[in-house]
Amino acid sequence: MNRRTFLSGAAALGAAGLAAERFAGIVRPGLSVSADSDLATVKSPLSTTGEALTPLKDITSYNNFYEFGVEKSDPARNAGRMRTRPWSVTVDGLVKTKKSISIDDLLKFRPLEERVYRHRCVEAWSMVIPWAGYSLSEIIRWAEPLPKAKYVQFLSLADPKVMPGISQINLNWPYSEGLRMDEAMHPLTLLTFGLYGEPLPNQDGAPVRIVVPWKYGFKSAKSIVKIRFTADQPPTAWNDMSPREYGFYSNVNPNVDHRRWSQKTERRIGQPLWSQRRSTLMFNGYGDQVAGLYAGMDLKKYF
Amino acid sequence: MELFTQSIVESPAESSAASSERRGPAGKARLPGERALRLLKILVFLGCLVPLGLLIYNGFQDNLGPDPTATVTHATGFATLRLLILSLCITPFRRLSVRLAWLIRFRRMIGLFAFFYGCLHLFTYLWLFAHFDMQAILDDIAKRRYVMAGFSAWVLLVPLALTSTQWSIRRLGGRRWQVLHRLAYASAILGVIHYWWIVKAGVRTPLTVTLVLTVVLAARPLWSLAQARRRIRIRI
Repeated sequence: MNRRTFLSGAAALGAAGLAAERFAGIVRPGLSVSADSDLATVKSPLSTTGEALTPLKDITSYNNFYEFGVEKSDPARNAGRMRTRPWSVTVDGLVKTKKSISIDDLLKFRPLEERVYRHRCVEAWSMVIPWAGYSLSEIIRWAEPLPKAKYVQFLSLADPKVMPGISQINLNWPYSEGLRMDEAMHPLTLLTFGLYGEPLPNQDGAPVRIVVPWKYGFKSAKSIVKIRFTADQPPTAWNDMSPREYGFYSNVNPNVDHRRWSQKTERRIGQPLWSQRRSTLMFNGYGDQVAGLYAGMDLKKYF
Repeated sequence: MELFTQSIVESPAESSAASSERRGPAGKARLPGERALRLLKILVFLGCLVPLGLLIYNGFQDNLGPDPTATVTHATGFATLRLLILSLCITPFRRLSVRLAWLIRFRRMIGLFAFFYGCLHLFTYLWLFAHFDMQAILDDIAKRRYVMAGFSAWVLLVPLALTSTQWSIRRLGGRRWQVLHRLAYASAILGVIHYWWIVKAGVRTPLTVTLVLTVVLAARPLWSLAQARRRIRIRI
């Protein structure tokens, strides 16, 4: 397959996506999606191999998305009211010029790759998810950040009309996350539009989210509306809430306990009771690719 | 036999109040019959088994959800806390009216069920979290305050379960038995603290159970105060 076939596929998908009912929030989560809304993806050499995929029903019914409530089942129940069309992502802060791009242009911007990644939540559970997207670095290059930009901040949608959690939960809204520029530019960092070959279900962060597979899940901001470039480390939601429990870096690290529980092991979602438990891997198993980003850093201090 | 227990466990002030009310206009207490009570006991017994029954049923149906370890942990933990607080509700409720005095006959069963679920909750931790690794368990108890609080709450219930028999009440004497069983308050408070310490900062799900426990605990000193005032009035 060459680049042109990817692009035409992605264009067709953008049009189909516009028409698809699922974007109007009518289709209930967990239902199978008709073929015309499938995303065209190509396999990526950056995919994790040798892991059983977590079933789609678990990925779409067991979510932490506090805008829609604190219980794992709340996002699947409440996220249907969020409208993901029209949607655009604004790029601002330390950039040449502030600009916006529509979700359909973003989908067409680069061919979508299927990337299978382990996903490790700070709460000590994990999944294996076949995401669809392309490296965030592609869009960062398009954004043309100034040389002084050292960090990237992601801001999520915060609409109390469709997000009941915003008035119930005491986090600084909108949800904010951030990465150092070199982390954001790393090829593993994925600008994500789908999973299992389908557009992201709302509860998983539709229509576009970040996935940083070597960090705890809360670093991977969902339903993003703004990408901001800054010179200083941006404020991030969980770090603001409880800085001793949630560090800015939050790299998956079995040797640094959460203040309240061990991070040495994790529970794999969708597995039977007696075989859920497994060892947590340093950098979630992506150390070969990312350990270099943190050379010389004390990861117990910068947890 | 159980009526005997009831009178020995009641504080002197309470029994005199109750007996004075019993001599009220009706002439005799209107208590449910023995047979009705026995039937009700069976129903309460079965009711207390519902959380376990649901877990077993859903386990066989492969329906424990995406994170079965968390499902079992939460279900056994909730059952422990709810039954423990329910057992503490009985005294304030029965004080509302002498006609509710029979409620005392359910307290031991509910308390023992709370202990039973506490044991299941502890076992869930030992098996599915610590994998019976003694070092990991000691490490957790020493390092993690929510484990420490939860474990202490369970430890406090052990002597209460062991002295729940008629024989123990007679052996210890009602007064001393009653003092010992006040550990149930401490256990419930530790259980609620354990719950607050495990939820994420900013999450308020333990609020309901905290409010109920607060009301139940506050009812006791308020009742004592009311009793004291009443005694003064009688003397005047």
